[in-house]
Amino acid sequence: MSYLIKGEHIDLGYEGMAIVRDISFRIDEGDYLCILGENGAGKSTLVKAILSLHQPLRGQIEFSSLIRKNEIGYLAQQSSAQKSFPCSVEEVVLSGRVNSLSSRFFYSKEDRRIAMGNLDRLGIGDLAKKSFSSLSGGQMQRVLLARALTACKKLLLLDEPVTGLDPHTTSGFYSLIEDLNREGLTIIMVTHDIHPALNYADHIMYLGRGYFYGTKDDFFQDETGLRFLKEAGHND
Amino acid sequence: MIEMLSYPFMQRAIIVGLLVSLSASLLGVSLVLRRFSMIGDGLSHVGFGALSIASVLSLSPMAVTIPVVVAAAILLLRLSERSKVSSESMIALISSSSLAIGVMAISYIKGTNTDINNFLFGSLLAVGKSDAVFSIILSSLVLLAYVLLYPRLFSITFDPSFSRASGIKVERYTLMLAILSALTIVLGMRMLGSLLISALIIFPPLSSMRVFKTYRQVTLSSAIISIVSFLAGITLSYQAGTPVGASIVSINLIVFIIFSIIRIILKRN
Repeated sequence: MSYLIKGEHIDLGYEGMAIVRDISFRIDEGDYLCILGENGAGKSTLVKAILSLHQPLRGQIEFSSLIRKNEIGYLAQQSSAQKSFPCSVEEVVLSGRVNSLSSRFFYSKEDRRIAMGNLDRLGIGDLAKKSFSSLSGGQMQRVLLARALTACKKLLLLDEPVTGLDPHTTSGFYSLIEDLNREGLTIIMVTHDIHPALNYADHIMYLGRGYFYGTKDDFFQDETGLRFLKEAGHND
Repeated sequence: MIEMLSYPFMQRAIIVGLLVSLSASLLGVSLVLRRFSMIGDGLSHVGFGALSIASVLSLSPMAVTIPVVVAAAILLLRLSERSKVSSESMIALISSSSLAIGVMAISYIKGTNTDINNFLFGSLLAVGKSDAVFSIILSSLVLLAYVLLYPRLFSITFDPSFSRASGIKVERYTLMLAILSALTIVLGMRMLGSLLISALIIFPPLSSMRVFKTYRQVTLSSAIISIVSFLAGITLSYQAGTPVGASIVSINLIVFIIFSIIRIILKRN
């Protein structure tokens, strides 16, 4: 099968100090990859490297001809968006289309249609005219996910997307991601939560004490995977 | 009012002032929301220093202030992108040093305080023909850039790291904003005073944000506030003989208070 993104023998880190050493992976179209690992293991750094926001110390992340860099939707762990920013939900979600502007100056009707479609899909179409700063934490997260979906054509990169969501919203969120994956979208999700890794993912990357990259089934046969399961409280 | 418009120097002052106010308020929306408003303040002080040196050396004010203030804009931007606490102190340090150097240069060499007063608080008579031409060109540039880049500027202002991930050269746009702000400040400084010009950047967006909740509304409201405050301020200045910069800032303060009251009333209901 043809790959979307590939990395071979990559080191990641800051100021010459590697925090992630010698990792290799290959993400194919339609994959659902969960990136697991302890705090500080370099998960977010890897996400930034995939987004070209961080330069690897060694090696390069290669994009195949199947994907362009502006076809990635990104939901950050902690958005740099300000909570008290004066803007409407509509304005935020529409700004997801900024990567499709290329030589145009303004958003088209099509851009607006796509943005509104994603709001409806997340069940928050009625919030469109609301001010972003008046929303609850969970609503803000969904609006930012709608923006990521609006930006995304091939690949959705989620960095700990359920932080701060209640269990009900979380499970709704996961089933939505699963639907998107079934429709052919490639998913990469950084998570502390074992459930999406167990239930939805088909590939697992583990960073931290040891390194693993492979299918989910292999991971739970591997000693890294078994240890992770044990620590997460799944002994069975 | 009509009489006020019959003097050529007043016509120039109104054209320059309107365009500078409008540009400053639009740039201000981005600067304030990205917490760069200290840069505007710093730049106006650097502008004062440069203007004083130009005056002492009898050089063309524009030829000296433009390169100095643009260079300062780039420097201040670099500083504020680093750790927050030390950069604010650094900007304060640069501001007061520029002010001190300017005052020293003028009072030691020229031995008169007239220039200092004019440079700090502005003078309507300072607007020459070349200023008028230059501010029309620059303001058109600011307005054009602002309108055409509006979707990108929104994205960058709202969430820089998402914009970077979307492939936007955030640093390049920020630099552009800083340089346009520097040029706007240089243009408006001699008329409105270097101590007061930064208020034109900060007041309109802050007042707008008291009441309006979408980015588009805040942008439009800032533009309208800047125009109304300028026209009201310059009329007040002409009628009451008060310094023009101070008059405009006072009107801006009144607008801010009115908008704050509207906010309280809206919240009650």
